[in-house]
Amino acid sequence: MAEPLLKIRNLTLEGRSDEEWTQIVNGVDLDLHKGEVLGLIGESGAGKSTIGLAAMGFTRDGVRISDGSVEFDGIDLVNARMSVKRRLLGKRIAYVAQSAAASFNPAHKLIDQHTEAPVRHDVMSRKESEADAMELYAKLRLPNPEEIGFRFPHQVSGGQLQRAMTAMAMSCRPDLIIFDEPTTALDVTTQIEVLTAIRDIVEQFGTAAIYITHDLAVVAQMADRIKVLFRGDEVEEASTREMLDTPQEDYTRSLWAVRSFERPAKPAPTADAVPVISVSGIDASYGKTQVLHDVSFDIHEARTVAVVGESGSGKSTAARCITGLLPPTNGVIRLDGRDLPLDYRKRSKEQLRQVQMIYQMADTALNPRKTIGQILGRPIEFYRDIKGRARRREVEKLLDEVELPASEYIDRLPSELSGGQKQRIGIARALAAEPRFIICDEVTSALDQLVAESILKLLARLQDERKLSYMFITHDLATVRAIADEVVVMKDGEVVEQGPKTEMFTPPHHPYTDLLLSSVPEMDPDWLNRLLDERGRENIGDAAVDKMG
Amino acid sequence: MSGWLWAFLILAGLLAAAWAFRAAGTAVTKNRPYFRDMPFTVAFGYMVAVAAVAGGLWLWFQPGAVFFRWAVQFFVAAAIAAFLFRLVGRHVGPGVTRKAFRQMPLTASFGILAILVYAILAIFAPVLAPYGQSEVVGTVNMLPGGNPATGGDPAHPLGTDQIGRDLLSRLIYGAQNTVGIAFATTCIAFFLGGSLGFLAAIIGGWFDNILARLVDVLMAIPSLIFALLLMTIASAWAGSQQWQLTLYMVFIIAVIDSTRVFRLARAVGQNIVVMDYIEAAKLRGEGLGYLIFKEVLPNATAPLLAEFGLRFCFVFLTIAALSFLGVGIQPPLADWGTMVRDLAQFINFAAFSPLAAALPLMAAGAIALLTVAVNFVVDWMLHRSSGLKD
Repeated sequence: MAEPLLKIRNLTLEGRSDEEWTQIVNGVDLDLHKGEVLGLIGESGAGKSTIGLAAMGFTRDGVRISDGSVEFDGIDLVNARMSVKRRLLGKRIAYVAQSAAASFNPAHKLIDQHTEAPVRHDVMSRKESEADAMELYAKLRLPNPEEIGFRFPHQVSGGQLQRAMTAMAMSCRPDLIIFDEPTTALDVTTQIEVLTAIRDIVEQFGTAAIYITHDLAVVAQMADRIKVLFRGDEVEEASTREMLDTPQEDYTRSLWAVRSFERPAKPAPTADAVPVISVSGIDASYGKTQVLHDVSFDIHEARTVAVVGESGSGKSTAARCITGLLPPTNGVIRLDGRDLPLDYRKRSKEQLRQVQMIYQMADTALNPRKTIGQILGRPIEFYRDIKGRARRREVEKLLDEVELPASEYIDRLPSELSGGQKQRIGIARALAAEPRFIICDEVTSALDQLVAESILKLLARLQDERKLSYMFITHDLATVRAIADEVVVMKDGEVVEQGPKTEMFTPPHHPYTDLLLSSVPEMDPDWLNRLLDERGRENIGDAAVDKMG
Repeated sequence: MSGWLWAFLILAGLLAAAWAFRAAGTAVTKNRPYFRDMPFTVAFGYMVAVAAVAGGLWLWFQPGAVFFRWAVQFFVAAAIAAFLFRLVGRHVGPGVTRKAFRQMPLTASFGILAILVYAILAIFAPVLAPYGQSEVVGTVNMLPGGNPATGGDPAHPLGTDQIGRDLLSRLIYGAQNTVGIAFATTCIAFFLGGSLGFLAAIIGGWFDNILARLVDVLMAIPSLIFALLLMTIASAWAGSQQWQLTLYMVFIIAVIDSTRVFRLARAVGQNIVVMDYIEAAKLRGEGLGYLIFKEVLPNATAPLLAEFGLRFCFVFLTIAALSFLGVGIQPPLADWGTMVRDLAQFINFAAFSPLAAALPLMAAGAIALLTVAVNFVVDWMLHRSSGLKD
C-alpha cells in the first residue's frame, strides 16, 4: 500500500491547568491515505479536536506536543519551521471550524475571505479565484452562486455559511481537510444539506478528510473509517461498516446503545381530566413582528409534551409566554383550570412556584459566584421558608435525588462541575420549588450523548416519582422518541401538527413533519444515499422547507 | 544634519545587531524553535533593550544626571523592598494570602507594600509626624537632606516650606487628608453610580433612558472645569466654614465621578442581566434588592474593583488639582496638591541645585507613587479574575 498522506505516530499532547502540565492525549497513532475520510468520535474531553489541530502541526494556547510525530506527505510538522507550515496551511491542509459564524471575519465579504488563501499562496489570481469560488458555491448548492460571495457573513444563514466555509477550505484544492464538528450547531434539515454538500465535494476532488464529531449517525454517513477516542486514548478503529455492525470494545457498544433508550408511551388521559397547563389560542410578538400565531396545546399531569421545530419556529417563545416573561397579546394560559396572569410580575408566589424552568445552557443558568448549596438553598428558603440547618438538609436531599453525592458537591462552585453535573443542578433547582410543571428548554442539546441519555433517564424517573408534567422543547427527534408522550410540531410560530407520540411517528404525516423525520440521520451508512435517491437533491434541507412556503 | 546621520547610523547598527543576534542564537542553540522562528522585530526589540541599558549606564556616570541616579536608586530599592515583602508574605500568614503571594508578580507586591505604607502613615499620622501639620518650627525654605553643609538641618530631614513648617510632617499629614478624603469620595461615587447603574440595567426601559441621558449630560461637561465651577459656587455657600467646603468638595467630586461608575456598572450589569440565572431569579419572584446585591453584584466585582482603583487615582488627582488651584482642601491643612503649588517655583532651580528642586517634587512624587501602586495592584487583580474565568 502507498505511503499514507498523513502519518501520526504516538502523538502525545499536554495541556496546562493550574500551572501544571497534564497529559490529555496519550500516544495516538493515525494513518490517512489520499482521498480517504476518517471519522474521529468521542465525548467532549476525548481530545478529538486537539488531535485534529495537531494534525496540522498546530496547538492551542496552553497545549503542547510533548512526544510523537506528525508527518504530512513526508514533512515533519512537529519540528517544521513556521515558514514551512505557513506554506502548507490553507494550501494543502485546510480546516473547517464548528461555528462558521464565529470563524468568518464579520467585517469582510465572503469572496474576499475566500480568495485570500489562493492569492496568497500563488495558486490562482484574484480573478480566477473569484470565478472558481462561484463554481464551488454552485457545486455546494448555495443559492445565487454568482452573487452570494459578495455578501457579508451576517447576510447569509448558518447552513449557507457553513457551506461557504467548506468552499473556502476547498479554494486551494487541499490534500487534507479537517472538519471539526461542522454541523453540530445546525438544525437537522440544514445539517443534511451541509452533509450532502461536504460529501459530494470531498468525493469529487478526492480530498482526504478528518471528520470530527460526537454524532455517530453523522459520522456513519461521512467516514470510510471510524476511530473512537476516550479521554485521550484510542479505543478502537475499524471501517465504518465493521464498526457499526460489530463493535469490539464495551465503550463503543455503550456509545452505540445510547439511542435505544425509549420509555413506553403512557395511556391517554381520561377525557374529563383537567390539564396542568393549558395554552389556548395565544399570539405573541416581539415589537411589531408577530412570532406566535394561535398556538394551543394541553399538558396533563405526569405527562411529557415535546415541542419540536427548527430554530426560529417559536418553540422557545411559547415557553417564554407560559413563564410570563413575554406576555402574549392574545389568548389564555391556565394552570389547573384556573387562569394564570399573563405577566409573571402579576403572578402570586404560589403560581410562580408551580411553573419551573430548566435551561439549555447550564453554564449561564447557574450563577457562577454562588455555591451549589446557595443556588439550591435559595428557592427552598424563598418558597418554603426553610432556613439554616434544615435548609442544608433539604439541599442534601435534592442532591441525592439528582444522583450527586451531596457532601462532595454542596460547597462547590458551578465552574467545578462538568456539563452534565451542572444540568443536574439545574434540574435540582427546579425541583427545589416542588413544582407541578417544568419547562425543559433543549436541556440535553449541549451535552454528550451518554450524558444526555442519563439526564433523560433522570427526568423520566423524577416524573414517575413526583407526578411532574414536562414541556420538552427540542429539535432532536431522537430525544422526542425517548421521552415524549405527546408531540407538538411547530413551524414559523404555528402548530403544524400535534398528537400522541405513536401517532406522530407513524405515517401519514404533515409534509413538514415528514421532512423533519426524514432528515434525522440514522446509524446506517447507506441512509444518506437512500434518502437522496428517494427525494432527490432538490427536496432536502432549506430548499424543501422553502418549497412548503 | 549630523544628528540625522547619527540617528540613521544607530538604527542601522541596531538592525544589523538584531540580525546577528538571531543568527548567533540559532547557531548556538542548535536550531531551537525559539531563535529559529523568532520574528525579526522581536530580535530588534532585544537589541533596543540592550542599547537602552547601555545608554542608562553611560548616563549614570554623567555628573549632571542627579535625578536619573536618584530614580534608579529608588527603583532598585523599591524592587528589593517588594521582593522582600513578597518573600515574607509567602511564608507568614494564613494559607490564602500565602497562596496569593506565591502567584504574585513583583509589581503587585510593590503596589500592596506601598499602599500599606500609605495607609499606616495616614492612620497614625499624629503619632508618626515629628511636628504638627500647621506648626511653624524653623527657618523658611530649608533644603532637604539634613546636611548643614548643603543648607539642611538634621531636625528637618526633608526641609521646611515657605513659612517654615516641617515638610516631613506635612507629607505624612497630607497622606491622611488627601488620601482619606479621596477614599471617602470614591466610596460615595461607587455607591451612587454602582447602585443606579445596576438598577438601570435591571429595570431598563424609560428609567434606564432618563438616567443614562442625564449622565450623558453630566459627562458632556469637562469634569475639572465643572468641578471648579461648582466649587466656586460652593465656596460662596460655605462662607468661612472650612470643613463645609471640604464636605461640598467630596460630594461634588463624588457626583461627577459617579457618572463614570454608572456607565461601567450599567454596561457590566446589562451583560449580566441577560443571563439565564437572572431570569430564573426573576421568575422565582425575587425583589430588586436581591437581584442587585445577590445575583448581579457578585458577578461584577472584578471590573468594579478595577474601576475602583482607577477611579480612586482620578479622584485623588482631581482633589490635588483643585487644591493646587486653590479651591480644594484649604490651608492650613496639609495637602499634597497645595504643597506642590506652594513650592512650585523651586523647580526652576533644578539645573544647579537638585536639592532645592526636590522640594515640590516630594509631594508630587507621593502622588505619583500612590497612583502607580494602586494601578499595579488593580492590574494584577484584573489579570487574576480574568484567569479565573477560563
